[in-house]
Amino acid sequence: MVFKAKRLSKLALGPVLLLMSVFAMAAGGEVSDINMSPGVTEVGHKIYDLHMWILGISTVIGLLVFGVMFYSIYYHRKSRGVTPATFHESTKVEIAWTVVPFLILLAMAVPATTTLLEIYDNDDAELDVVVTGYQWKWKYEYLSEDGENVSFFSNLRTPQAEIDNTEAKGEHYLLEVDEPLVLPVDTKVRFLVTANDVIHSWWVPQLAVKRDAIPGFINEVWTNATEEGVYRGQCAELCGRNHGFMPIVVNVVSKEEYAEWLAGKQQEAAEIKELMAQTFTLDQLMERGKAVYDVNCLACHGANGEGGVGLPIAGSPVATGDIGHHLDVGINGVPGTAMQAFGGQLNDVDMAAVITYQRNAFGNNMGDTIQPIDVYNHKKG
Amino acid sequence: MGDHHHGPAKGLSRWLFTTNHKDIGTMYLWFSFCMFILGGTFAMIIRAELFQPGMQLVEPEFFNQMTTLHGLVMVFGAIMPSFVGLANWMIPLMIGAPDMALPRMNNWSFWILPPTFLLLASTLFMEGGAPQAGWTFYAPLSTTYAGPSVTYFIFCIHVLGLSSIMGSINIIATVMNMRAPGMTYMKMPLFVWTWLITAFLLVAVMPVLAGAVTMMLMDVHFGTSFFSAAGGGDPVLFQHVFWFFGHPEVYIIILPAFGVVSQIIPAFSRKPLFGYDSMVYATASIAFLSFIVWAHHMYTVGMPVSGELFFMYATMLIAVPTGVKVFNWVSTMWRGALTFETPMLFSIGFLVLFTIGGFTGLMLSIAPSDFQYHDSYFVVAHFHYVMVAGAVFSMTAAVYYWLPKWCGRMYNETMGKTHFWISFIGFNLTFFPQHFVGLAGMPRRIPDYALQFADFNMMSSIGAFIYGASQILWLYNIIATIVAGEKIDKPKVWDGAEGLEWTVPTPAPYHTFETPPKIDPAHAHS
Amino acid sequence: MTSQTSTEYEKYYVPEKSRLAVCATIGLILSIYGAASIMNDMTFGDPGEATSSWTIFWVGMFFFMATLFAWFRTAIRENIAGMNSAQLKKSYVLGMFWFIFSEVMFFFAFFGALFYVRNLVGPWLAGEGEGGRMNDLLWPGFEYVWPMMQTPQEAVGGASAQLMANNGAFVSPNTSLSFADAAVWWHWLPMWNTLVLLTSSLTCHIAHMGILAGDRKKFNLWLTITVVLGIIFLCLQYMEYHEAYVEYGLTLNAGIYGSTFFMLTGFHGFHVFMGMTMLLIQLLRSVIGKQFTATDHFGFEASSWYWHFVDVVWVFLFLFVYIL
Ligand code: HEA
Ligand code: HEA
Ligand code: HEC
Ligand code: CUA
Ligand SMILES: [Cu+2]
Repeated sequence: MVFKAKRLSKLALGPVLLLMSVFAMAAGGEVSDINMSPGVTEVGHKIYDLHMWILGISTVIGLLVFGVMFYSIYYHRKSRGVTPATFHESTKVEIAWTVVPFLILLAMAVPATTTLLEIYDNDDAELDVVVTGYQWKWKYEYLSEDGENVSFFSNLRTPQAEIDNTEAKGEHYLLEVDEPLVLPVDTKVRFLVTANDVIHSWWVPQLAVKRDAIPGFINEVWTNATEEGVYRGQCAELCGRNHGFMPIVVNVVSKEEYAEWLAGKQQEAAEIKELMAQTFTLDQLMERGKAVYDVNCLACHGANGEGGVGLPIAGSPVATGDIGHHLDVGINGVPGTAMQAFGGQLNDVDMAAVITYQRNAFGNNMGDTIQPIDVYNHKKG
Repeated sequence: MGDHHHGPAKGLSRWLFTTNHKDIGTMYLWFSFCMFILGGTFAMIIRAELFQPGMQLVEPEFFNQMTTLHGLVMVFGAIMPSFVGLANWMIPLMIGAPDMALPRMNNWSFWILPPTFLLLASTLFMEGGAPQAGWTFYAPLSTTYAGPSVTYFIFCIHVLGLSSIMGSINIIATVMNMRAPGMTYMKMPLFVWTWLITAFLLVAVMPVLAGAVTMMLMDVHFGTSFFSAAGGGDPVLFQHVFWFFGHPEVYIIILPAFGVVSQIIPAFSRKPLFGYDSMVYATASIAFLSFIVWAHHMYTVGMPVSGELFFMYATMLIAVPTGVKVFNWVSTMWRGALTFETPMLFSIGFLVLFTIGGFTGLMLSIAPSDFQYHDSYFVVAHFHYVMVAGAVFSMTAAVYYWLPKWCGRMYNETMGKTHFWISFIGFNLTFFPQHFVGLAGMPRRIPDYALQFADFNMMSSIGAFIYGASQILWLYNIIATIVAGEKIDKPKVWDGAEGLEWTVPTPAPYHTFETPPKIDPAHAHS
Repeated sequence: MTSQTSTEYEKYYVPEKSRLAVCATIGLILSIYGAASIMNDMTFGDPGEATSSWTIFWVGMFFFMATLFAWFRTAIRENIAGMNSAQLKKSYVLGMFWFIFSEVMFFFAFFGALFYVRNLVGPWLAGEGEGGRMNDLLWPGFEYVWPMMQTPQEAVGGASAQLMANNGAFVSPNTSLSFADAAVWWHWLPMWNTLVLLTSSLTCHIAHMGILAGDRKKFNLWLTITVVLGIIFLCLQYMEYHEAYVEYGLTLNAGIYGSTFFMLTGFHGFHVFMGMTMLLIQLLRSVIGKQFTATDHFGFEASSWYWHFVDVVWVFLFLFVYIL
């Protein structure tokens, strides 16, 4: 049974050739569909170089090994009438091909070590951002000494209809959020990464950052973007149902723009604080509540309170029952179900609004209201 | 004393009650094939959903169940039992033993598997669905955030571990105690060697996995806080314990595959294996190193940098003994007289593709780069190169190689070669593009993806269907061979093959080597 | 490398087909299914609802135990009938040895967990060391001591605090035991336990010497003492648990100290129970069945290895759980 070795060699060489073409095409350095991106940080470039270095060495070794193999596949075929040799041992070559790869590994270990040490140098950051993973959204919190602490959630913005294929998909399908993280350019930013429920992982390839968000622990990691722009990433640790739907968008802007944005945010925070002390009318709460509901609750409880993943709100015994209990469900969730504790995620004004909304929308005409101060008191216990 | 000179019993009881290593081997092999189909079906659902962006076929939670069960079924149901089956069939034949050392326990090891996988698969129909935290089931997603099925899953893992441990003890006892006179350790065929070391790994790490799931069980039902920081534990503790098992596990998968290839390449090169001794030492080194590299799966959890460096260096070192193996195989082919029957084709396919998978493994071992690769499709590509083109290709080669010995009939060579080529192309079409999407930033375990990954994913799905379909050809070929293949009766089916298994009649009689064979010193390890 | 091949080649006994494996499987699967269902009823189920979980479990266990009994009886009868060659006996020896090795690895997992949480996680949670410089943002006020008297969660907000979403799984209903009190109890019982177990290893060895010398009386006597010492150990262990639960509020829910403490000692205790049962069976075999001779007493030997193994585990437990 003779076999056409030529065909074999061609086909088996395919992957190696493909590998080489990656090598060639990626040399440019810009964002690529087939290779790692060096991104916009110095560390990113180093990682990229390291990646290409190891890939290059591997490709060369691969070509050598497969070259020898295909040579003998072609020239040492039985059909060419060869008689097999009988040698089967050589301590010398064994030593050689133990030592040489070891040396090659050393040549990889050195740059790998220096890069790693640099990545682990978390000191001297100019800005600290706490990144908290939630099922299934991110919370960002800017730690600053002066002014209000700024913190907000960042949710997937892609409409369900696009995911369900009933609407054309937008350019940034699945990689768009309602509120991106904003960072100043040329600044060493330290992320304090943690999680609230299960493990998530905060990954933005262009910033060369991936760090697991572990509930109960804070991991440090840093970046320093040298170019302004919008960088997109995704959660990189399986975290349950919507693991594929918790993207990250980072807006890197000039330092001035950043300062302006931050000031605006702090202003907003201060306003919320003021609102907390106020009393609202039912209509005011309903209006605000609808907005909050649509962003936070609709996915599970349906646009008309008809339920879905969550129980129906329309006619729900909770939403039409004791108001204190209703508030409690909103704040503390229902343990062991998808109904999370929203107390830490919504500010007191929004919580008051959404509970009021649930009690008065979808035909639940309870007529009662919850005020921010009630929420505050409930949380205090 | 029992009378062994009769054939097998008739009917179902032959299989249920058997103590014969060949029967048990056969059952393991068929069982693992069924699991391969089941796990493959799950993979097909995954690939079908990923054919295009957007959610088409399944809900995200069901997708996660598919991913989880695919990994679990393939690893614990398909690959491991298939090599145990091979060990059962071949080790006694290769070392000149009448049977496995503890035959009744051997049967028990097997019979635990089918009902356990039935129970595991039945969780799909349970309230809340099957486990969905990935085959690595990281806490707390798999504990406090999991549904009731996790409890059944935990107990399934316990008894699967029991089965593996008993199977391994049997193999160790057989190899250490049942060798024919004159069959010294350094004369054993490499397949026996790799299995001896694999069995050792199994006995060492399956109990650790049992420990991990026991801690989960306690956290879920009895309020302990192993994996909860609030109580002073750590979710990452789970990962340490899991990967202490998990990394040796991947060598449990590949070492027997190395063994198979080390039997087949010399046979079709008509030349003794090059560097037998160094092959043995390399296998042992790999096994040793496998215990001290586990945290390379956890580079991103935020370990102290000293830990990171230690695990990086240790992991990189594995390339050395593995390289020795690759070089030895190539040197075995060098100046041989090669022919390319199906087993050899699959072995060459193994050699090339496993090496590529090894190279990507080496890339992953570089911690700083792994920050970009981790949990992306690059990792998926890596491990399918080593596990599908590695373990599955090697297993396929083994079946073609020994099938004639098992059933006394020759398979259809043309069909075999066709199977190889379709598999080879389908496989690469499926998994090569995954390197690209991974590097470009596609996370793994997602049911839907951004638009820039669309083309390669479609390619990958098409490749997967091709590869999957080619397995139908394989199944057909096997059945056709057993039922109506061309009969052969010479003991030595392949002219270049060496070893005791080729000295018994073809097909191998129900009982072999009841009196131990004499080992011809010239026939040192083949 | 030297060859270990056996030199005697009497025929290796390959048993005829046997129902044992299938029966054992049925028993095993029923029991795990039952056990899992019992736990699910407990955690996820509706307390009022009647389920058949316990029934399934007990039926499975009964089946399983009966099969094991039959299995060992068969093996023993075969041996007495002289079917076992020296080579087969060596297979049994290897089997037992590697089984014990697997048990060692099981304990290794729990000891590993203990080292990891004690030496690394604890300090990290308190904001010390490279792995947790920033953790005091999450757990302000948490200070790390071992035994961990106050969990991070309690440090932050009292026993009922729920700072971390944890699905309510971690609740610490009792106040954790305080260190001052702890110093009283953990000094005493464990020391007695250690003495009891070490002695029992010795008595077990004396029994072994007895049978080796063909002295059945000596064997029976010392084996009885060993079994009794095993029972005494279990009683002491029970007292200790009682004290921990009732007086010190150290429970499975009391945080990682409770978790590691009860899991390590609990699994050890379970193994003592198993080993004690094994020895007891050997004793009955000798007393009632007059089995075992100076040259053939593998059942006892295997059990005694197991017993020594359990003893060694205790030494490590004593060292790492109680003393250090
Ligand atoms: C059969 C199974 C198998 C095998 C054999 C391997 C082999 C290797 N694997 Fe792989 N691996 C897996 C199965 C396997 N792996 C699985 C299943 C996962 C994912 C698990 C999950 O998360 O679900 C994984 C993930 C994985 C990771 C984690 C990635 C991540 O999640 O971020 C890493 C990181 O170091 C890694 C490394 C390696 C290395 C260094 C080898 C080495 O053994 C490879 C050695 C081989 C070679 C290097 C090629 C031949 C050598 C030469 C020709 C010599 C000369 C070469 C040089 C000197 C360069 N693997
Ligand atoms: C040895 C183990 C093994 C094997 C053999 C395979 C085989 C395959 N795997 Fe597997 N895979 C894993 C182990 C394995 N995998 C593991 C451990 C994971 C990680 C899980 C996790 O993240 O938790 C994974 C994850 C994984 C993913 C990523 C999922 C995700 O991240 O969400 C994908 C996606 O493409 C995939 C695809 C495939 C395909 C197409 C095959 C094919 O090779 C399968 C081919 C086989 C068949 C198709 C069956 C036989 C054929 C028939 C029955 C004929 C009928 C066929 C048709 C109808 C077409 N696998
Ligand atoms: C991820 C899904 C999800 C989201 C988002 C969600 N819920 Fe729920 N919700 C649930 C589930 C599931 C239940 C049912 C819990 C149970 O089984 O008792 C529930 C139950 C409730 C109930 C009790 C209903 C009843 O009749 O028992 C209220 C009130 C409620 N949610 C309010 C809210 C509010 C307010 C929001 C948004 C701020 C919200 N939910 C967002 C999943 C969700
Ligand atoms: Cu969050 Cu994945
Ligand atoms: Cu690994």
